[in-house]
Amino acid sequence: MTQNDQLAELAHIRGLMDRSTRFLSLSGLSGVVAGAIAIAGVTLARYHITQGLAPDADVLTYGTERGYSPVDDLRLTLIMDAAVVLCMALLGAFWFTWRRSRRTGQYLWDASARRLMVNLFVPLGVGGVFCLALFYYGLPGLVAPATLMFYGLALFSASKYTLDEIRWLGVSELVLGVVALFWLDAALLFWALGFGVLHIFYGGLMYLRYERDSRENV
Amino acid sequence: MIERLNKAFESRVRLGIMAVLVVNEWVDHARLKELLNVTDGNLASHLAALEELKYVQVRKRFIGKRPNTSYRSSVTGASAFRAHLEAIERLIPKT
Repeated sequence: MTQNDQLAELAHIRGLMDRSTRFLSLSGLSGVVAGAIAIAGVTLARYHITQGLAPDADVLTYGTERGYSPVDDLRLTLIMDAAVVLCMALLGAFWFTWRRSRRTGQYLWDASARRLMVNLFVPLGVGGVFCLALFYYGLPGLVAPATLMFYGLALFSASKYTLDEIRWLGVSELVLGVVALFWLDAALLFWALGFGVLHIFYGGLMYLRYERDSRENV
Repeated sequence: MIERLNKAFESRVRLGIMAVLVVNEWVDHARLKELLNVTDGNLASHLAALEELKYVQVRKRFIGKRPNTSYRSSVTGASAFRAHLEAIERLIPKT
Protein backbone atom coordinates (compact mmCIF):
# COMPACT_ATOMS: atom_id res chain seq x y z
CA MET A 1 0.00 0.00 0.00
CA THR A 2 1.27 3.45 -0.84
CA GLN A 3 0.74 6.34 1.49
CA ASN A 4 -2.08 7.67 -0.66
CA ASP A 5 -3.82 4.31 -0.56
CA GLN A 6 -3.65 4.34 3.22
CA LEU A 7 -5.06 7.84 3.41
CA ALA A 8 -7.84 6.91 0.99
CA GLU A 9 -8.55 3.83 3.10
CA LEU A 10 -8.84 5.88 6.27
CA ALA A 11 -11.08 8.41 4.51
CA HIS A 12 -13.26 5.55 3.27
CA ILE A 13 -13.60 4.09 6.78
CA ARG A 14 -14.31 7.48 8.28
CA GLY A 15 -16.98 8.12 5.60
CA LEU A 16 -18.68 4.80 6.34
CA MET A 17 -18.71 5.47 10.07
CA ASP A 18 -20.20 8.91 9.43
CA ARG A 19 -22.75 7.81 6.87
CA SER A 20 -23.94 4.90 8.98
CA THR A 21 -24.58 7.03 12.07
CA ARG A 22 -25.40 10.48 10.75
CA PHE A 23 -28.03 11.83 8.42
CA LEU A 24 -26.03 13.99 6.03
CA SER A 25 -28.62 14.81 3.35
CA LEU A 26 -30.14 17.67 5.32
CA SER A 27 -30.39 20.53 2.85
CA GLY A 28 -29.24 24.03 3.76
CA LEU A 29 -31.95 25.42 1.49
CA SER A 30 -34.61 24.09 3.85
CA GLY A 31 -33.12 26.35 6.54
CA VAL A 32 -33.10 29.37 4.23
CA VAL A 33 -36.74 28.80 3.23
CA ALA A 34 -37.87 28.15 6.82
CA GLY A 35 -36.13 31.36 7.87
CA ALA A 36 -37.81 33.41 5.14
CA ILE A 37 -41.23 31.98 6.06
CA ALA A 38 -40.60 32.75 9.74
CA ILE A 39 -39.73 36.39 8.99
CA ALA A 40 -42.89 36.72 6.87
CA GLY A 41 -44.89 35.21 9.74
CA VAL A 42 -43.41 37.59 12.31
CA THR A 43 -44.08 40.56 10.02
CA LEU A 44 -47.69 39.46 9.67
CA ALA A 45 -47.98 39.02 13.45
CA ARG A 46 -46.54 42.48 13.99
CA TYR A 47 -49.13 43.89 11.56
CA HIS A 48 -51.98 42.15 13.43
CA ILE A 49 -50.73 43.41 16.77
CA THR A 50 -50.46 47.02 15.66
CA GLN A 51 -53.88 46.77 13.97
CA GLY A 52 -55.58 44.95 16.81
CA LEU A 53 -54.39 47.06 19.70
CA ALA A 54 -53.20 50.52 20.51
CA PRO A 55 -49.52 50.71 19.56
CA ASP A 56 -48.38 50.95 23.17
CA ALA A 57 -50.41 47.92 24.36
CA ASP A 58 -48.26 45.08 25.58
CA VAL A 59 -49.94 42.18 23.85
CA LEU A 60 -47.71 39.32 24.87
CA THR A 61 -47.98 40.01 28.58
CA TYR A 62 -51.66 40.91 28.30
CA GLY A 63 -52.90 37.38 28.96
CA THR A 64 -53.57 37.67 32.67
CA GLU A 65 -56.70 39.76 32.03
CA ARG A 66 -59.50 37.59 30.76
CA GLY A 67 -62.79 38.19 29.00
CA TYR A 68 -61.59 40.94 26.68
CA SER A 69 -62.57 39.65 23.29
CA PRO A 70 -60.39 41.70 20.86
CA VAL A 71 -57.33 40.37 22.66
CA ASP A 72 -58.66 36.82 22.49
CA ASP A 73 -59.34 37.27 18.77
CA LEU A 74 -55.88 38.62 18.27
CA ARG A 75 -54.38 35.77 20.22
CA LEU A 76 -56.25 33.28 18.09
CA THR A 77 -54.99 35.01 14.93
CA LEU A 78 -51.43 34.90 16.25
CA ILE A 79 -51.69 31.21 17.14
CA MET A 80 -53.06 30.48 13.65
CA ASP A 81 -50.25 32.52 12.14
CA ALA A 82 -47.66 30.56 14.14
CA ALA A 83 -49.24 27.22 13.20
CA VAL A 84 -49.26 28.07 9.48
CA VAL A 85 -45.62 29.22 9.65
CA LEU A 86 -44.63 26.00 11.43
CA CYS A 87 -46.40 23.78 8.88
CA MET A 88 -45.00 25.63 5.87
CA ALA A 89 -41.46 25.61 7.31
CA LEU A 90 -41.67 21.87 8.01
CA LEU A 91 -43.02 21.16 4.53
CA GLY A 92 -40.27 23.27 2.94
CA ALA A 93 -37.57 21.55 5.01
CA PHE A 94 -38.93 18.16 4.09
CA TRP A 95 -39.14 18.96 0.38
CA PHE A 96 -35.60 20.32 0.00
CA THR A 97 -34.13 17.48 2.06
CA TRP A 98 -36.06 14.93 0.02
CA ARG A 99 -34.73 16.54 -3.16
CA ARG A 100 -31.17 16.45 -1.88
CA SER A 101 -31.38 12.87 -0.61
CA ARG A 102 -32.33 11.75 -4.11
CA ARG A 103 -29.16 13.38 -5.41
CA THR A 104 -26.84 12.10 -2.68
CA GLY A 105 -28.36 8.63 -2.90
CA GLN A 106 -28.84 8.45 0.86
CA TYR A 107 -32.19 7.06 1.92
CA LEU A 108 -34.55 9.67 3.33
CA TRP A 109 -35.87 7.29 5.96
CA ASP A 110 -33.00 5.11 7.13
CA ALA A 111 -31.73 4.29 10.62
CA SER A 112 -29.78 7.56 10.92
CA ALA A 113 -32.78 9.66 9.85
CA ARG A 114 -34.90 7.89 12.46
CA ARG A 115 -32.36 8.59 15.19
CA LEU A 116 -32.22 12.22 14.11
CA MET A 117 -36.02 12.52 14.30
CA VAL A 118 -36.28 10.89 17.74
CA ASN A 119 -33.59 13.12 19.19
CA LEU A 120 -35.18 16.21 17.63
CA PHE A 121 -38.83 15.60 18.41
CA VAL A 122 -38.59 14.35 22.00
CA PRO A 123 -37.30 17.69 23.38
CA LEU A 124 -39.40 19.61 20.85
CA GLY A 125 -42.60 17.76 21.82
CA VAL A 126 -42.04 18.42 25.53
CA GLY A 127 -41.35 22.07 24.64
CA GLY A 128 -44.63 22.25 22.71
CA VAL A 129 -46.59 20.93 25.70
CA PHE A 130 -44.76 23.35 27.98
CA CYS A 131 -45.72 26.30 25.75
CA LEU A 132 -49.38 25.18 25.73
CA ALA A 133 -49.19 25.09 29.53
CA LEU A 134 -47.82 28.65 29.52
CA PHE A 135 -50.87 29.74 27.52
CA TYR A 136 -53.13 27.75 29.81
CA TYR A 137 -51.77 29.43 32.93
CA GLY A 138 -51.96 32.84 31.29
CA LEU A 139 -48.24 33.41 30.84
CA PRO A 140 -47.98 33.89 27.05
CA GLY A 141 -45.15 36.35 27.51
CA LEU A 142 -42.83 33.47 28.30
CA VAL A 143 -43.72 31.55 25.13
CA ALA A 144 -41.16 33.24 22.86
CA PRO A 145 -38.10 32.49 25.02
CA ALA A 146 -39.45 29.01 25.79
CA THR A 147 -39.86 28.12 22.10
CA LEU A 148 -36.34 29.35 21.35
CA MET A 149 -34.84 27.43 24.27
CA PHE A 150 -36.63 24.15 23.61
CA TYR A 151 -35.86 24.39 19.89
CA GLY A 152 -32.22 25.01 20.78
CA LEU A 153 -32.18 21.98 23.08
CA ALA A 154 -33.83 19.83 20.40
CA LEU A 155 -31.26 20.86 17.78
CA PHE A 156 -28.43 20.36 20.26
CA SER A 157 -29.56 16.83 21.03
CA ALA A 158 -30.22 15.96 17.36
CA SER A 159 -26.91 17.40 16.13
CA LYS A 160 -25.01 14.21 17.04
CA TYR A 161 -26.80 12.52 14.18
CA THR A 162 -26.43 15.10 11.44
CA LEU A 163 -24.25 17.94 10.12
CA ASP A 164 -22.08 19.80 12.65
CA GLU A 165 -23.64 23.17 11.81
CA ILE A 166 -26.85 22.04 13.52
CA ARG A 167 -24.98 22.01 16.84
CA TRP A 168 -24.00 25.65 16.38
CA LEU A 169 -27.50 26.57 15.29
CA GLY A 170 -28.78 24.92 18.49
CA VAL A 171 -26.28 26.77 20.68
CA SER A 172 -27.20 30.07 19.00
CA GLU A 173 -30.92 29.46 19.61
CA LEU A 174 -30.19 28.64 23.26
CA VAL A 175 -28.20 31.85 23.78
CA LEU A 176 -30.94 33.88 22.09
CA GLY A 177 -33.63 32.15 24.17
CA VAL A 178 -31.84 32.87 27.43
CA VAL A 179 -31.35 36.53 26.49
CA ALA A 180 -35.02 36.76 25.40
CA LEU A 181 -36.03 35.45 28.83
CA PHE A 182 -34.92 38.76 30.32
CA TRP A 183 -36.23 40.91 27.50
CA LEU A 184 -39.85 39.90 27.13
CA ASP A 185 -40.91 43.13 25.39
CA ALA A 186 -38.83 42.27 22.36
CA ALA A 187 -40.35 38.78 21.92
CA LEU A 188 -41.20 39.26 18.25
CA LEU A 189 -37.75 40.56 17.48
CA PHE A 190 -36.15 37.54 19.13
CA TRP A 191 -38.45 35.24 17.22
CA ALA A 192 -37.49 36.89 13.94
CA LEU A 193 -33.81 36.58 14.88
CA GLY A 194 -34.00 32.98 16.12
CA PHE A 195 -36.31 31.41 13.58
CA GLY A 196 -35.59 33.79 10.69
CA VAL A 197 -32.07 35.18 10.67
CA LEU A 198 -30.32 32.19 12.30
CA HIS A 199 -32.02 29.72 9.95
CA ILE A 200 -31.07 31.75 6.90
CA PHE A 201 -27.50 32.17 8.14
CA TYR A 202 -26.80 28.54 9.02
CA GLY A 203 -28.87 27.19 6.11
CA GLY A 204 -26.90 29.40 3.73
CA LEU A 205 -23.64 28.25 5.33
CA MET A 206 -24.60 24.58 4.92
CA TYR A 207 -25.65 25.18 1.33
CA LEU A 208 -22.38 26.90 0.45
CA ARG A 209 -20.28 24.27 2.23
CA TYR A 210 -21.89 21.06 1.06
CA GLU A 211 -24.25 21.61 -1.82
CA ARG A 212 -23.02 24.31 -4.15
CA ASP A 213 -19.55 22.85 -4.62
CA SER A 214 -20.75 19.38 -5.48
CA ARG A 215 -23.12 20.85 -8.07
CA GLU A 216 -25.88 18.61 -6.81
CA ASN A 217 -28.51 21.22 -7.39
CA VAL A 218 -27.67 22.14 -10.96
CA MET B 1 5.39 -2.71 12.07
CA ILE B 2 3.70 -4.05 8.97
CA GLU B 3 2.82 -7.34 10.73
CA ARG B 4 0.45 -5.43 13.05
CA LEU B 5 -1.88 -5.06 10.06
CA ASN B 6 -4.61 -7.64 10.45
CA LYS B 7 -4.95 -10.09 7.55
CA ALA B 8 -8.67 -10.38 8.22
CA PHE B 9 -9.08 -6.77 7.20
CA GLU B 10 -7.22 -6.93 3.91
CA SER B 11 -10.57 -6.91 2.16
CA ARG B 12 -12.13 -3.50 1.81
CA VAL B 13 -15.58 -4.95 2.36
CA ARG B 14 -14.63 -6.61 5.66
CA LEU B 15 -13.00 -3.42 6.89
CA GLY B 16 -16.14 -1.53 5.84
CA ILE B 17 -18.41 -3.97 7.69
CA MET B 18 -16.39 -3.55 10.88
CA ALA B 19 -16.35 0.25 10.49
CA VAL B 20 -20.14 0.30 10.39
CA LEU B 21 -20.58 -2.21 13.21
CA VAL B 22 -18.25 -0.55 15.74
CA VAL B 23 -20.25 2.69 15.69
CA ASN B 24 -23.72 1.14 15.60
CA GLU B 25 -25.77 -1.30 17.65
CA TRP B 26 -27.36 -4.19 15.71
CA VAL B 27 -27.26 -3.51 11.95
CA ASP B 28 -29.23 -5.73 9.60
CA HIS B 29 -28.16 -7.28 6.32
CA ALA B 30 -30.13 -4.89 4.09
CA ARG B 31 -28.69 -1.81 5.79
CA LEU B 32 -25.11 -3.11 5.44
CA LYS B 33 -25.74 -3.85 1.80
CA GLU B 34 -27.05 -0.34 1.22
CA LEU B 35 -24.13 1.32 3.04
CA LEU B 36 -21.37 -0.75 1.46
CA ASN B 37 -22.87 -1.05 -1.99
CA VAL B 38 -22.08 -4.74 -2.47
CA THR B 39 -24.05 -7.76 -3.62
CA ASP B 40 -25.83 -10.10 -1.22
CA GLY B 41 -23.49 -12.98 -1.91
CA ASN B 42 -20.34 -10.93 -1.51
CA LEU B 43 -21.59 -9.45 1.76
CA ALA B 44 -22.70 -12.85 3.08
CA SER B 45 -19.31 -14.48 2.45
CA HIS B 46 -17.39 -11.65 4.15
CA LEU B 47 -19.81 -11.70 7.09
CA ALA B 48 -19.34 -15.47 7.37
CA ALA B 49 -15.56 -14.98 7.51
CA LEU B 50 -15.88 -12.36 10.24
CA GLU B 51 -18.30 -14.58 12.13
CA GLU B 52 -15.79 -17.46 11.91
CA LEU B 53 -13.18 -15.21 13.54
CA LYS B 54 -15.75 -14.30 16.23
CA TYR B 55 -15.40 -10.65 15.25
CA VAL B 56 -19.14 -10.27 14.79
CA GLN B 57 -22.20 -11.59 16.58
CA VAL B 58 -25.20 -12.69 14.59
CA ARG B 59 -28.85 -12.43 15.58
CA LYS B 60 -31.54 -14.10 13.52
CA ARG B 61 -35.16 -13.33 14.17
CA PHE B 62 -38.47 -12.75 12.47
CA ILE B 63 -40.02 -9.36 11.89
CA GLY B 64 -43.61 -10.34 11.14
CA LYS B 65 -43.18 -13.25 8.77
CA ARG B 66 -39.89 -12.14 7.24
CA PRO B 67 -36.58 -13.40 8.56
CA ASN B 68 -34.21 -10.65 9.60
CA THR B 69 -30.51 -11.12 10.30
CA SER B 70 -28.59 -8.49 12.23
CA TYR B 71 -24.95 -8.18 13.17
CA ARG B 72 -22.90 -6.36 15.74
CA SER B 73 -19.22 -6.27 16.51
CA SER B 74 -17.90 -8.42 19.34
CA VAL B 75 -15.41 -7.07 21.87
CA THR B 76 -12.64 -9.03 20.11
CA GLY B 77 -13.73 -7.68 16.73
CA ALA B 78 -13.87 -4.08 17.90
CA SER B 79 -10.41 -4.20 19.46
CA ALA B 80 -8.96 -5.95 16.41
CA PHE B 81 -10.46 -3.23 14.21
CA ARG B 82 -9.03 -0.50 16.41
CA ALA B 83 -5.57 -2.11 16.42
CA HIS B 84 -5.71 -2.37 12.64
CA LEU B 85 -6.62 1.31 12.28
CA GLU B 86 -3.78 2.30 14.60
CA ALA B 87 -1.40 0.21 12.51
CA ILE B 88 -2.51 1.99 9.33
CA GLU B 89 -2.13 5.35 11.03
CA ARG B 90 1.40 4.50 12.16
CA LEU B 91 2.35 3.68 8.57
CA ILE B 92 1.54 7.23 7.56
CA PRO B 93 4.52 9.46 8.30
CA LYS B 94 3.69 12.35 10.58
CA THR B 95 3.80 15.68 8.84
